[in-house]
Amino acid sequence: MAEFSTSIKDKGNVSIIYLNGYLDAHTAPQLETNFSELIDRDKYNIVVNFTDLHYISSAGLGVFMAYIEKIRENEGDIKLSSMSDKVYNIFDLLGFPLLYEIFKSEDEAISKFKETGNVENKK
Amino acid sequence: MKPSVNSKRPETLKTKNNIDKKLKIQSRTENLSVIREFIQSAAEEVGMKPGVTEDVMLAVDEACTNIMKHAYKSYPDGEILLKLKYSDHKLTIIIVDYGNSFHPENVPDPDLQKYYRQHRVGGLGMYLMKTLMDEVSYNSVPGKYNEVYLTKYLNNSH
Repeated sequence: MAEFSTSIKDKGNVSIIYLNGYLDAHTAPQLETNFSELIDRDKYNIVVNFTDLHYISSAGLGVFMAYIEKIRENEGDIKLSSMSDKVYNIFDLLGFPLLYEIFKSEDEAISKFKETGNVENKK
Repeated sequence: MKPSVNSKRPETLKTKNNIDKKLKIQSRTENLSVIREFIQSAAEEVGMKPGVTEDVMLAVDEACTNIMKHAYKSYPDGEILLKLKYSDHKLTIIIVDYGNSFHPENVPDPDLQKYYRQHRVGGLGMYLMKTLMDEVSYNSVPGKYNEVYLTKYLNNSH
């Protein structure tokens, strides 16, 4: 069963990871690989788009914790966008909105990078 | 609540008052989706609201993930037995494993600021289980088996 998939698109200096399906202890390593590959390519401005994510467990939340400091040390950030209420509630229960900026839309998240000057090169 | 002649509950919504089901699976993470489907199908049988069903699915996922990672230390052929019972508007899921015993009292509530510095998380699953279920308890007989009891009362919420 194809229960989880991701795709990555670069928009200017921001990389967007699109999540689809069910993110649990079985599928979390796939997202870890995505973050590792972006870091290897020196891509530290990352937006994660949750539009098509139906489910997240703590193993999925742990992935965001594993990479955030390294990314911020490199003047980047992980910003989250387009979560369903259900998925947002899980983030909220665990206090994640204190550590991560969460936006209603992908465009808002991307524009936040521009505001804070993290996007140096205009497209 | 007593059934009423004027009850607006549609006749087509026939739900069961009692169920008793079991699922035996191996301790590999690919089975987490099987576990969630087992819970979802039972929840539909008793007419649970989707939002409550999702909470129970997540709590059971967390309990089983902990068993796979800690009780069986990612050994893929450990046995996990789920026993699901529903009666008197009370849903109980007992999850049994035969791996290393577990001391829930040693797991503190999560501290995200600390995890941020350590690049890791721990105890999030247990915290979610406590938050999403009405009752969570543990019973461990070292060297024999461990049980997690997860209970949800559906009187007010479904």
